[in-house]
Amino acid sequence: MLRDITLGQYYQTDSIMHKMDPRVKLGGTLLFIISLFFFKNFLGYIIAALFLGTAIKLSRVPFKFMVRGMKAIMVLLMITVLFNLFLTPGTPIFTVWKLTVTFEGARMAAGMAVRLSLLVIGSSLMTLTTTPNNLTDGMEKMLRPLRIFKVPVHEVAMMMSIALRFIPILLEETDKIMKAQIARGADFESGNIIRRAKALVPLLVPLFISAFRRANDLAMAMEARCYRGGEGRTKMKPLIYARRDYIAYICILMYLAVSIFVGRLSFS
Amino acid sequence: MSMIIDHVSYIYGEGTPLEHKALSDISLNIPDGQFVGIIGHTGSGKSTLMQHMNGLLKATKGHIYFNGEDIYDSDYDMKKLRSRVGLVFQYPEHQLFEIDVFSDVCFGPRNLGLERKEVELRAYDALRKVGLDDELYYQSPFELSGGQKRRAAIAGVLAMKPEILILDEPTAGLDPKGRDEILGQIKRLQVQTGMTILLVSHSMEDVAEYVDRIIVMNQGRIMLDDTPREVFRYYKELEEVGLAAPQVTYIMHALREEGLNVDADVTTIEEAAAELVRVLKG
Repeated sequence: MLRDITLGQYYQTDSIMHKMDPRVKLGGTLLFIISLFFFKNFLGYIIAALFLGTAIKLSRVPFKFMVRGMKAIMVLLMITVLFNLFLTPGTPIFTVWKLTVTFEGARMAAGMAVRLSLLVIGSSLMTLTTTPNNLTDGMEKMLRPLRIFKVPVHEVAMMMSIALRFIPILLEETDKIMKAQIARGADFESGNIIRRAKALVPLLVPLFISAFRRANDLAMAMEARCYRGGEGRTKMKPLIYARRDYIAYICILMYLAVSIFVGRLSFS
Repeated sequence: MSMIIDHVSYIYGEGTPLEHKALSDISLNIPDGQFVGIIGHTGSGKSTLMQHMNGLLKATKGHIYFNGEDIYDSDYDMKKLRSRVGLVFQYPEHQLFEIDVFSDVCFGPRNLGLERKEVELRAYDALRKVGLDDELYYQSPFELSGGQKRRAAIAGVLAMKPEILILDEPTAGLDPKGRDEILGQIKRLQVQTGMTILLVSHSMEDVAEYVDRIIVMNQGRIMLDDTPREVFRYYKELEEVGLAAPQVTYIMHALREEGLNVDADVTTIEEAAAELVRVLKG
């Protein structure tokens, strides 16, 4: 039952996007998102869509996986579009009951919808082509300068990768405990809200105990291997920029320059 | 009063790239009061099969009949089935959650909607059957030793008074003494109550001594299904699939090859000793 949930939606395949350094992908995604907020006309969005389309093509991830991320923000998207459509003052196009659709509103709503969709698809592309571990590695390296301000970058990155690693384990554990309690006649599916909340006790108590036990074991295992934080620690697969990464950086910067220049042209 | 498994197949994650056939065309008849050992390597489908028997997993194909009724009928009461087919999972102590052992054992029967008195009677009865000391009844289950926890957890299922008791690797992670105690207790239970018991294990040694019948599973299929004596005759085939017959089988076969006329089909150390005495004296 819980087995069907997938988190950290990495899509395994072999492509240039998968091989790319996670720092490039992180930085690229960030710049891409920022660029979306500079555009004043639709040409900018078209360039952004073309850029994203090329990246998706290069990643060899089927497009339906990109759209999957859209489902999660569908409600947000609808609300944004509706509010912009009806509540923007300007030249009226038509009126339904007390709500007036204006020319500016329609423009704004369309822009908002396109912007949000590009934003979500752009960030899904990153998570689909980068393993969670790679992602935290990249983040750790990118945020390293923050150590000057005493930010424990390595520790935070380590916690993140451990948390990510534990998600599937704990899901499996939940599934197992749930089955064991159902076999003892527990009922998780019927009754009102209070009864259901109470029914979760036999699930949550063993789950927490198991999580603590696992955390304890892991800490022990790490100490036994002399783990003592990030100081002087080397990596088995250190992140090193390759030629393709520099090319990717140049592409991103070129995209940024072109799209912002074109996107801010005004035709009036 | 029996369980019939009729051409059951089960596929994990059907329609996804991770599709995996866990059971293929399993047919079994488990009559009342039998003590059955189900043996198989990790991933042979034995745990999957068990979860079918009390309806936790639904077969992709095939039917299961309990006491003559198809459990996949739309109006079949699954909750009732689960109270009559008790399932003890691997490491059952991980499901303990109550403040004391006694309340934890009460959880099962209470879910059946029995009245308090009956619930408590059953809990006491179950705790006595697994041989847990009564001074432990009101201790936190988390303060018990590994073996004690496991007994408490088994009592939690026994308290539902199942007609069939299925145990998944009940001895995993226990020391030899704890293992013998638990298995001995289960055997006693079976003799006293005439309950049908299915014991899942990957160790022949564990089950040989106790069970009436062994079902060997391999890659989702039934490879052998017979009395221990008959099954161990195939010790070479068993080895090919990564299982082993009890050590005594090997010794007896080796003795036979050396020209000692012993009956190589004995299954336990006691039988082997008696057989050796018989041959050497006579």
